[in-house]
Amino acid sequence: MGWKNIFSHREKTETDVELQTEEIEEIAEPISKSGLFARLKQGLTKTREGFVGKVEQLVRGRKIDDELFEELEEILIQADVGVPTTMMLTERLRLRVSESKSTEGNQIQVWLKEEIVQLLQANNETLVLSDQKPAGIMVVGVNGAGKTTTIGKLAHRLSNEGAKVLLGAGDTFRAAAIEQLRVWADRVGVDIIAHNSGSDPAAVAFDTVAAARARDCNVFILDTAGRLQTKTNLMAELGKVHRVVIRELGRELDEVLLVVDATTGQNALSQAKLFSESVPLTGIVLTKLDGTAKGGIILALAHELKLPVKLIGVGETYTDLQDFDAKEFAQALFA
Amino acid sequence: MSFGNLASRLQETMKKLKSRGKLTEKDVDVALREVRLALLEADVHYKVVKDFVNTVKSRAIGHEVLNSLSPAQQVIKIVDQELAALMGGTQSKIALASKPPTVIMMVGLQGAGKTTTSGKLARLLHSQGHRPLLVAADVYRPAAIKQLMVLGEQINIPVFEMGEDDPVVIAKTAFQHGMSHGNDVIILDTAGRLHIDTELMDELKNIRKETQPHEILLVVDAMTGQDAVNVAQSFNEQLGLDGAILTKLDGDARGGAALSIKSVTGIPIKYVAISEKMDGLEVFHPDRMASRILGMGDMLSLIEKAEASFDQNKAKELSDKLQKDGFTLEDFQEQLEQVKKMGPLNQLVGMMPGMGNLKQLQGMEVDESHLKRIEAIIRSMTVEERRHPEIIAGSRRKRIARGSGTRVQDVNRLLKQFEQTRQMMKQFTSIDKKSKKGKKLFSLFQ
Ligand SMILES: Nc1nc2c(ncn2[C@@H]2O[C@H](COP(=O)(O)OP(=O)(O)OP(=O)(O)O)[C@@H](O)[C@H]2O)c(=O)[nH]1
Ligand SMILES: [Mg+2]
Repeated sequence: MGWKNIFSHREKTETDVELQTEEIEEIAEPISKSGLFARLKQGLTKTREGFVGKVEQLVRGRKIDDELFEELEEILIQADVGVPTTMMLTERLRLRVSESKSTEGNQIQVWLKEEIVQLLQANNETLVLSDQKPAGIMVVGVNGAGKTTTIGKLAHRLSNEGAKVLLGAGDTFRAAAIEQLRVWADRVGVDIIAHNSGSDPAAVAFDTVAAARARDCNVFILDTAGRLQTKTNLMAELGKVHRVVIRELGRELDEVLLVVDATTGQNALSQAKLFSESVPLTGIVLTKLDGTAKGGIILALAHELKLPVKLIGVGETYTDLQDFDAKEFAQALFA
Repeated sequence: MSFGNLASRLQETMKKLKSRGKLTEKDVDVALREVRLALLEADVHYKVVKDFVNTVKSRAIGHEVLNSLSPAQQVIKIVDQELAALMGGTQSKIALASKPPTVIMMVGLQGAGKTTTSGKLARLLHSQGHRPLLVAADVYRPAAIKQLMVLGEQINIPVFEMGEDDPVVIAKTAFQHGMSHGNDVIILDTAGRLHIDTELMDELKNIRKETQPHEILLVVDAMTGQDAVNVAQSFNEQLGLDGAILTKLDGDARGGAALSIKSVTGIPIKYVAISEKMDGLEVFHPDRMASRILGMGDMLSLIEKAEASFDQNKAKELSDKLQKDGFTLEDFQEQLEQVKKMGPLNQLVGMMPGMGNLKQLQGMEVDESHLKRIEAIIRSMTVEERRHPEIIAGSRRKRIARGSGTRVQDVNRLLKQFEQTRQMMKQFTSIDKKSKKGKKLFSLFQ
């Protein structure tokens, strides 16, 4: 199974410093497109088996009827697609059925795939960083979503592409959050700006932008403390940090990424909605897709909030970050 | 997106039903459609929803509608009772070993909140007179050990660590250390892992074998979706869980995972985490969780109080009034009469679904003497004024103040508060409408 390969080198990368450096060199070679794709598929094996496997089983040799639709709805709900998006999808399928007068269950699977691709593609965008130095990325999200790990992965990828990267340890609240980011900075070989634990995150943000400029960095990535979207004071703090950054930068950030755990259910919608009220989100990073969660919340996010998913996390090492590509995603999902 | 106010949604949809006597199948079907949606929105596993709805249905049909309640309230009551029962009748505590030390092993997915929760649990047990030892057995996540050490220092609880050694060895050594240092509770903070990661699950099995934990607790993020069941089932099959702790409940997650886990695996939820601070761990209350999942505040307590003290016809009139916009000072006055029998108003307001969070209510603390003043003021108004408060201009205010033995400011304040309440009622009806949009097509589990 896919996840096994992803985790098989975990011990090395996490505990053996010498091996780590070796690995960095090894990975420093450009990763081939097919490699990326294979990895994505690996990470998504579970998703595919769980979700499409079920659809396939469901429709095989069946005639289209109400019962089939109900079972399809159950599968979508079980994948965290959510009630409104499930209704939208099945309604569109019903329409197509009545238009074509088809009664073959197999046809449903083909159409469902088309609908999903269409839904996701409408929001398909990749990470966009300007050539202006420094480009800026801010990473936000609820506690434990995978922000810091994503920053480690992203820093690895960008510096791999030749960019000079600077990290800003903007989580001054959680115990050892700064140390955690520092480990990632060391691991992928980039610089970090950090103040003491408990200090003002806006000050860290300010210094990060200033240092990125002074050191002629291509891009800085600012970590922030995890916070629940309903905590108004913490959300206001986030807004303030963002304001400080853009004031010092003199323009909008290139990316403000919301990190969402793929295991999350319907609350992801609330997260996306409330975070975007405090900071201008540019996209979503969907992490932990290497688990058994079906990732269906992507569909709800695309349908209800039109926020593009830009990156996905499929493991805990720095290579486990992929561009989110609607077609590839749906392809891997339905392969 | 839904505002999850099931109670008001239910009342809205069931308004047309004029059941007297017993609940009919039609009443119940109308209601259960809403219940089904609310549960799914709360991320309760779809199979659990299905079973649950069937149970409620068979229990509710033919059930007598109590004089004091509407059919909607009656169904809510049954739903709530069934839900609380399903979630575990009583709260379960941690089983302490008869021969200390008690070993508690914290397990779960990445990012669920194990480390913070370990710290909170240690603090809680310490405050109950125990001498806990925290053990840093997450050797994988960068700075996880440091995180636990910082927490330990904050709460003044010793932390055992051996750097990035083998977690099985760490756990075993920590046990010895705890024994010789007089620690009666040993809390193992293990690394987050996927339940399908056999290698890392084997590691947990080995730790279990070596330390024989009395409690293996699954830490689950309250925001978890449908996958919660797979995770809990898998951890349970591989390790044998003794309980679960639901974290991040201080947000707006409805926490349907709690219900799913309990009803599919039978594992009790023992604690809930409700703050990032170290004192933010509470014993689990199934009834509160039930109301939360349904998005109903403490609707049940309200219904119970209504049952006990409301006059049946007045209650019906009142709830009809609440639905409509036509809320006047007359109603306000009548309500006050009823309210006086039910206890402090602010407590009551807090129990109404959604109202506890409304900003407008924060300045609205009402004490009993204040209540008397309000009554006096309203009594000094003419019928016309009570029905159309907008006509109460300056001179009328002066007259009312004189008549009631209060000051003009008091009259002003009352009118302002009344207006706020009225706005709130309006908001409720509009929220209600919004959340109803587009659900008609949904045929799941019909
Ligand atoms: N399996 C898996 N684990 C992940 C992934 N991304 C992050 N994690 C793990 O999730 C846990 C939490 O990740 P962090 O990066 O610390 O999350 P965070 O959002 O920074 O957390 P806070 O700063 O505490 O709010 C860590 O154990 C990570 O290794 C992923 O794509 N797959
Ligand atoms: Mg972090």
